[in-house]
Amino acid sequence: MSAPTSPANSATPDVSARRASAPHASMFLRMLLRAAVLRRGRAASALLAMVVAAAVATAMMNLYVDVQAKLRTEFRSYGANIVIAGKDGTSLPPEALAHVDQTLAGKGLSVPFAYVVARTHNGQSVVVAGTDFARVQNLNHWWSVTAWPSAPAQALVGTRALNNVSPDGKPFELTFQGSKLDLTPVGTVQTGAAEDGRVYISLPEFKSWTNLEPSTIEVAVNGSPTEVNAALQTLSQTLPTADVRPVRQIVEGEARALGKTRATLYAAAVLIILTAALCVLATLTGWVFDRRKDFAIMKALGASETLVSGFFAAEAAALGAVGAIVGFALGIGLAVWIGRANFHAPVVPRFSVLPWVMLGSIAVALLSALLPMSLLRRVEPAIILKGE
Amino acid sequence: MFARLLYESFRRQKRRKLLAGIAITLGVAVATAMIAVATDIGDKISRELRSYGANLLVTPQEDSLDVEIGGLNLKPPSDGAFLSEADLPKIKGMFWRNNIVGFSPMLPATAALGESGSGTTAPLLGTYFAHDITFGKESFTTGVRTTHPWWKVQGKWPSDDSQDVLLGDRLAAKLNKHAGDSIALAGKSHRISGTLSTGAGEDDEIVAPIALAQQIIAKPGAVRRVYVSALTKPEDALARRDPKTMNPELFDRWYCSPYVQSIAYQLQETIPHSHAEQIRQVAQNEGTVLSRIKGLMLLVTLAALFASALAVSAAMATAIFERRREVGLMKALGAGNLGVAALFFAESAVLAILGGVAGYAIGITLARQIGRSIFAADISIQPVLFPVILAIAIIVTFAGSAAAIRKAVQFDPVFALRGDA
Repeated sequence: MSAPTSPANSATPDVSARRASAPHASMFLRMLLRAAVLRRGRAASALLAMVVAAAVATAMMNLYVDVQAKLRTEFRSYGANIVIAGKDGTSLPPEALAHVDQTLAGKGLSVPFAYVVARTHNGQSVVVAGTDFARVQNLNHWWSVTAWPSAPAQALVGTRALNNVSPDGKPFELTFQGSKLDLTPVGTVQTGAAEDGRVYISLPEFKSWTNLEPSTIEVAVNGSPTEVNAALQTLSQTLPTADVRPVRQIVEGEARALGKTRATLYAAAVLIILTAALCVLATLTGWVFDRRKDFAIMKALGASETLVSGFFAAEAAALGAVGAIVGFALGIGLAVWIGRANFHAPVVPRFSVLPWVMLGSIAVALLSALLPMSLLRRVEPAIILKGE
Repeated sequence: MFARLLYESFRRQKRRKLLAGIAITLGVAVATAMIAVATDIGDKISRELRSYGANLLVTPQEDSLDVEIGGLNLKPPSDGAFLSEADLPKIKGMFWRNNIVGFSPMLPATAALGESGSGTTAPLLGTYFAHDITFGKESFTTGVRTTHPWWKVQGKWPSDDSQDVLLGDRLAAKLNKHAGDSIALAGKSHRISGTLSTGAGEDDEIVAPIALAQQIIAKPGAVRRVYVSALTKPEDALARRDPKTMNPELFDRWYCSPYVQSIAYQLQETIPHSHAEQIRQVAQNEGTVLSRIKGLMLLVTLAALFASALAVSAAMATAIFERRREVGLMKALGAGNLGVAALFFAESAVLAILGGVAGYAIGITLARQIGRSIFAADISIQPVLFPVILAIAIIVTFAGSAAAIRKAVQFDPVFALRGDA
């Protein structure tokens, strides 16, 4: 193993001195390095395949982990997934909303609603709801509202209710249990559901008019089904007098659509990673096979099988490691770009993916180095050197 | 001679050709599968999103105001206007009939509990469960089991032509009734075929076939509202425009696009004296979620295409790089640069076409498999995909080979033959 296989170190005068001071390990390293430098083209194309495979694998794994969270945020635009209501239509305790907000601790939104049936000037019944307009605006994005009330005595009127309470858009009067309330319609709300037949006013005004507390709190909890369930449990413990229920329509719809999307993405990720790995295998196998002459020379010069295998394995492992690191960086970039382009929020880089990408890359590289080796081992070096 | 060179090259270098061919086949297969899935995912996910329930609501045009709190309607059930049940099958005759996944008519009523017909009352909701409807030659099954998939029944769903009822689970707990018991409504005894859990107002109600509700309020054929679940296209600027302000050409385009607005318009045309409106909570969000998922799959597909293109290029470059000696020999024997390049390109083309066809076949099988295992439905594959995929395969293979061919051709035959390659 002391013979120079690389043409670079030919006629330096102090070569024997250098050799004496350098242990065999440095020769091994030099061979590794020289192999990469002298056959730049081939090494680069093998490395490129490795980098692309690692990048795609990283991007897909990152996306797969992160997309759930991204899509859940999108699904939250469907609104509340938990409804808290007073048992049998009674009001909730006054401190209920504070309790809910405390439980959520910023991981969700809550909107209180209070309802009564009032009478219009011509004796028709209409549902009047008291709510917090700022919170509604945040939770129920699908409400199509022409203008939100901002001052007292202003009301948001459902498109269907408008004909009954104030067809000409003029101020109107509502009566509840003898007490009157004068309101100006400033905007209309259209949802295509029950909201269209109601009149919305601000909660403080509602309380002073009816002396009633909210009877319903709609809650949108962010997170996975387990987190939503945990929130549900905590809420029903903190509010024992209330009825805390999941909105099954929303919860189950989300679970279904999200599950299918994840499954598709999973299938795509497996397909892409597998192809990338197989292509790396093909490229690297070709590369190693191509160097059967190096292999034959090493053996002819007396290198043991283990050493030659070790050399090719080390080379492949180094290639795999370098490819994995460069590919990881590129893959993170790709995932961040996809996140930004599609969800307008970057995908958070997951460094926990790196060991897996590294492990996979090295494993594929080793496999593609040792596969041709086992073939070459059976061939006499002389035959290879003869060029057959 | 050219043909023979080409033929011999494939015959004698089976291993190398096979490796390059496998790389192309794999790349094309993944590209095909991803494109097929990505083009069809909108349709598939849009069906999944239908599990959020109906996105359109049809009500009588002259309806009086609903007085509804927490899903319970406080308006007297016989008050206001009604739609006619006989008009409903026409929904399956309108332009976008194939986009209608299902519809459920609803008729609220109040039922007196107990043998004597007096005493306590409970709200009752008449609807279709899985009702068979025929319109023209087509038959069709629709009802809440399609439009309200989150309704869960313990026991059995009643049949639509029976007198059996479902009891909301909270009402059942209050009355201490179970599936299989019987309950007296307006003096008549009905079997409770199951208890219903919906997580909403229906948990406190009796849900019955619509005929029973019509009987109770003595209005045969009456329907208060119809929930329609339709497959729609995400809203765009055209969708939001008022059809009254459109010119005829634009109106036709609007009418013939499955926007939720145009389907509402057609429902109004189909059912006399009706008003149809989108349920914004479902309809509006569907578009957003759908476009996000479609966008995601599109970008993933691009990544897959990019990866397979590079893989194919790398494989082709390797395959040509290995054959410098051959080039040297050919050139020494008098072949021109053009001739050598032509041979290599011809080889690439043959590889690309063979790999492309095999990859396409594998790819569509993969796509079908994905569709069947994830969505329990076949992915529809556009016939135009085949030429597109083949063209991509040839372009990518050529692009991948080009640099390597140029280098190989420029190589000095002397060095190549001496073995310094």
